[in-house]
Amino acid sequence: MPPTLSALFGRSPIRPIQEHMAIAHHCVELLGEFLEASFVKDWDAALAVQQEIRNQENTADDLKSNVRTNLPKSLFLPVSRTDLLELLHTQDKLANRAKDVAGLMLGRRMEIPESLVQEVRDYFNESLLASNQALKVINELDELLETGFRGREVDLVEGLINELDELEHQTDVSQVKLRAKLYDLEESLPPVHVMFLYKVIDQIGDLADISESVGARLLLLIAR
Amino acid sequence: MADIISQYGTTFLIMAALFGFFMAWGVGANDVANAMGTSVGAKAVTIKQAIFIAMIFEFAGAYLAGGEVTSTIRSGIIDIEKAGFTDSPELLVYGMLSSLLAAGTWLLIASHNGWPVSTTHSIIGAIVGFAVVGISVDAVVWSKVWAIVASWVVSPLCSGIIAFFIFRSVQKLVLDTEDPFTNAKKYVPFYIFLVGFMIAMVTLVKGLRHVGLDFSFAQSLLMAVGVGILAMLVGIFLLRRIKEVPADNESFHFGSVEKVFGVLMIFTACSMAFAHGSNDVANAIGPLAAVNGVVQSGGVFAEQSGLPLWILLLGGGGIVAGLAMWGYKVIATIGRNITELTPSRGFAAELAAATTVVVASGTGIPVSTTHTLVGAVLGVGLARGIGALNLNVVGRIFLSWVVTLPVGAGISIVFFFIFKAIFS
Repeated sequence: MPPTLSALFGRSPIRPIQEHMAIAHHCVELLGEFLEASFVKDWDAALAVQQEIRNQENTADDLKSNVRTNLPKSLFLPVSRTDLLELLHTQDKLANRAKDVAGLMLGRRMEIPESLVQEVRDYFNESLLASNQALKVINELDELLETGFRGREVDLVEGLINELDELEHQTDVSQVKLRAKLYDLEESLPPVHVMFLYKVIDQIGDLADISESVGARLLLLIAR
Repeated sequence: MADIISQYGTTFLIMAALFGFFMAWGVGANDVANAMGTSVGAKAVTIKQAIFIAMIFEFAGAYLAGGEVTSTIRSGIIDIEKAGFTDSPELLVYGMLSSLLAAGTWLLIASHNGWPVSTTHSIIGAIVGFAVVGISVDAVVWSKVWAIVASWVVSPLCSGIIAFFIFRSVQKLVLDTEDPFTNAKKYVPFYIFLVGFMIAMVTLVKGLRHVGLDFSFAQSLLMAVGVGILAMLVGIFLLRRIKEVPADNESFHFGSVEKVFGVLMIFTACSMAFAHGSNDVANAIGPLAAVNGVVQSGGVFAEQSGLPLWILLLGGGGIVAGLAMWGYKVIATIGRNITELTPSRGFAAELAAATTVVVASGTGIPVSTTHTLVGAVLGVGLARGIGALNLNVVGRIFLSWVVTLPVGAGISIVFFFIFKAIFS
């Protein structure tokens, strides 16, 4: 049994949540490498990257359950415990979705049609920007704790979250364009392949959506 | 029956000195760590510096502001006349010896098991116990006892409220501003002034009568302002060396700001040690002073004789010995475990706790420094300042209150009758 005073301090969930978000974002970054490998049909390289994404996603899962087990109800936190767990859950979905895209594309050896490669690349990079912005928002959590979740720091974070919403909106616009372009190509491609192309486009867009909800969750956390 | 005193007087005194030293050793080994651990955890001071600060300021606190609590424990809880001590003073000697031994034993058991037991509560329980069972229910000054027990709830509450507002003021004046670093440098000297002023004021108004000095309120006020300004000047000197380092602020924007508060925490660490010394040393030397009073006067109760220096030295020495032999380990443990407490929060908690304890010392009320500090930390937590606090500890503290009083009393009663059987 530790002395009274050290027993009083629980393990703060803030830093682990930030670490978790960094890993989730790293999974998205790795997906970029995976896409590049798939564009040039280097499936060996793609497999290696997909394995790495899987490993990272596992690490994120471990971190998540670690935070959960260290957040008993008796802990007194500066923010709502439920909101905190929801935030963590949302972050985790980001890593999962990156893994899904890589798994799906690798399993079917999916080739993106030559004429779409640049659009898909740009579209993915927009999602990556959103994910990066979500990481930036989560990195402000320790500053929020320092200021007691009040005042200027809250305004700053709200500003970052507004930018995040903008970035997500941008991916929506690009998605519409990309789908239209794919629609024009539909006739020349095998139908099953087209179906899954739509799915991949959807899921890359999900990355931005999930990033946006990470911001929304954080906003809920600080809006009291 | 005064012949028992003249026959065994020296034996009693040696026993009391031994038990008192043992108690003081226990306070130094366990209790001081809670007072100093916050500063070590916040990395404001190293363990060596913490021990150094503790040695000086624990002693200063005991000597300059510890008189009131010592006299409460020595003669405020038991009504000397109603207890019939004027006829059989040896009963008081047995009682005080058994109280020391009982509190020491209970603390040993409790700290071995990691229970958050307070030295103060143990000794009060022990004294009340022997008085009620060994003498009579009327022997206890119940109004005083209830006031003390109430203070155990009030003191954490008070320090919690003070800590809440100190920390809110830090948020308003420093953290939630355009340029926190500049504002930290601007306002931290003021907080340092507050620390020096508060300690000096309480000591001058309440404490120094025992040392033979008595100042008017206006004189005290003037001198306390002087001490505050002196502390502030030292602080400003130390602050000049703190520069804003961009590398510190890279991943965490308040890195440099916390360094400024680190300087402030050196001062609050001193105030904490002073407060602890002013209140908790009395637990060990109060009973010893009572025994000494009886023995020296040959069984005649002298009205409030002064506290002999050797008793104070023994208490201070015991604390330092406990600290040097065991306490540094406990400080290290606490320091490792409470890394979540940054200087801007740690100082708020320490200043609040030290203020509460020093005021209690001035009024002669024995409180638990550790529990007061726990209250202060919770106050900062309520201002949404701390990542995660374990509320189980609060439950354990309540439980320790409920258990310590009867157990301390029980052990003390057993020892009382053993002593009575041996000597009478």
